[in-house]
Amino acid sequence: MIAYILRSIVQAVVVMLAVALIAFAMFRFVGDPVANMVGQEASVADRAELAERLGLNEPVIVQFAHFVADAARGQFGMSYRQGRPVADLLIERLPATVELAVLSALFALVVGIAFGVYTAVRRHGVFAHAVMSLSLIGVSLPTFLIGIGLIYLFAVELRWLPSFGRGEVVKLGWWSTGLLTESGRKSLIMPTLTLAFYQLTLIMRLVRAEMLEALRAEYVKFARARGLPERSIWFRHALRNTMIPVTTIAGLQLGSVIAFAIVTESVFQWPGLGSLFVQAVQFVDIPVMAAYLMFVALVFVVVNLAVDMLYFVLDPRLRGIALAAAR
Amino acid sequence: MAAFVPLSDDKRGRLARAWDSDIFWSFRHSPVAVGASLVALILILAAVLAPVIAPQNPFDPASLNLMEGFSRPGEPNAVTGRTFIFGSDSFGRDLYSAILYGSRVSLLVGFASVVFSVVLGVGLGLLSGYAGGRLDALIMRIADIQLSFPAILIALLVFGVARGLIPPAHHEQIAIAVLILAIGLSNWAQYARTVRGSTLVEKNKEYVQSARVMGRSQFVIMTRHVLPNVAGPVLVIATINLALAVIEEATLSFLGVGVPPTQPSLGTLIRVGQQFLFSGEWWILFFPAVALILLALSINLLGDWLRDALNPKLR
Repeated sequence: MIAYILRSIVQAVVVMLAVALIAFAMFRFVGDPVANMVGQEASVADRAELAERLGLNEPVIVQFAHFVADAARGQFGMSYRQGRPVADLLIERLPATVELAVLSALFALVVGIAFGVYTAVRRHGVFAHAVMSLSLIGVSLPTFLIGIGLIYLFAVELRWLPSFGRGEVVKLGWWSTGLLTESGRKSLIMPTLTLAFYQLTLIMRLVRAEMLEALRAEYVKFARARGLPERSIWFRHALRNTMIPVTTIAGLQLGSVIAFAIVTESVFQWPGLGSLFVQAVQFVDIPVMAAYLMFVALVFVVVNLAVDMLYFVLDPRLRGIALAAAR
Repeated sequence: MAAFVPLSDDKRGRLARAWDSDIFWSFRHSPVAVGASLVALILILAAVLAPVIAPQNPFDPASLNLMEGFSRPGEPNAVTGRTFIFGSDSFGRDLYSAILYGSRVSLLVGFASVVFSVVLGVGLGLLSGYAGGRLDALIMRIADIQLSFPAILIALLVFGVARGLIPPAHHEQIAIAVLILAIGLSNWAQYARTVRGSTLVEKNKEYVQSARVMGRSQFVIMTRHVLPNVAGPVLVIATINLALAVIEEATLSFLGVGVPPTQPSLGTLIRVGQQFLFSGEWWILFFPAVALILLALSINLLGDWLRDALNPKLR
């Protein structure tokens, strides 16, 4: 198991270095870092001095090493547009995105599994059919249209929920949360639903397919023969065995959570990392773009590692294999 | 050498035989496929013929009348008495014409980016599967990493980098080309992976060995012999990806990083329409959104049908 974990970690480091190389190339070769930092009137001497200070005259490989070392400490230089350290911008925006992403992932997981189990065990019911057809249409809808549709319904017509922003937030140290105020909680509802929608349909379809498979298995027949109640068969026997593929897919879907967060945050003017990134792209703010890329890669790598570890918890058979391999 | 023996002695023309083929049989017997292809065909034709059938050129300022702004759909305008079937926007621009011209841009970007990613992905996939070794490992590792990042993120990055490399004066002129490049680059990996997989299977088959014995060059074997045999799944992925590319373009334009406002696509129209949602002019947003949904949904359903029809095992 330790060998397995070590291998996963080495792979993660390689991916991070590859992404760092791309981020570094963007930083170094797109536009002129010096011209972006000094004004139009800067003299040639000033420019040369700044280039020296930024280490731009050193060999590229040394520059890359500095870049990686800085990135590891969370230093990504100054934003061209806002003139503030990128790290500060990221930290300021992080809580909004994390709250949104975690809430919508939880929502998608809970509702997705519940609907998936329901549509599997009541396969021929009217409600199950309705849910399945709706999910098909939902998958082809662009995220931003779902968001706009919700805004139209709940903000324009019904006037129940605010259409943009986070509402009032409470500061807890460097973290800011919208969960402690009513306007903050209200503001979270629509973005969470929008972001959760795609994953929800995906998890639901996956759970349904896996449940149908599991319900045909021998151990389910045996459980029935033992006279166990259906409810216990569904949840204690069949559902448990669907959890491995669901964990994998839900984990790997984190990438798309981030992608849809970019869109969702822009629709609802949510002050998170995604909208920061879109603004950075609009204004070609390379340090922010590079930092965001590194951040996404880090999240991705950490989640993949976590999913790998989770297998051991969920599937006792794997532990045996890993032990046998280690011997 | 044995004489060429045709597999069937059917004397009818190509079209008649195609009509009776399995795939057309399955097409004729699938109401969803027929309906979806009809809708897609109408939308594509309308987009291509936009300059002919649109009542006005919505992007020629001379044809706009500010007095006709915010006309409600289907009602005569209070001042000029002109009727706009889908209404008009704040400048008195006919939304029906704007949608026709907008879907032109959306479809152009969609088709071009799919062609770009097919050429890139199929080329790299063939090379990867046929050459094997380190080159294969390198290409597939890049594809793996890219596939785990969402397409829209990659497209945004490519877009931002391209903007940084190109002087600002040229941004508007080549915005569409940059968009095609960005969307195309974000979708090649799937083709590469699929084609590599089938190439690995095909390259050990007898016809490839015969071609090699006959002394044909590696390039000819790859393009003339292996390529046609791995092309089937590519068509399916390309159809589904066309819908995705249209949505991706709309999303980028909605985010304000896509096509310039002088050449609006459906996504740009939706972005503009969103501003009027709160003041009650719902139609400026509604009709472009419906057009986008119909376009994406019909192509998507067509792709689904194609996947099932070409791959009976999946049914």
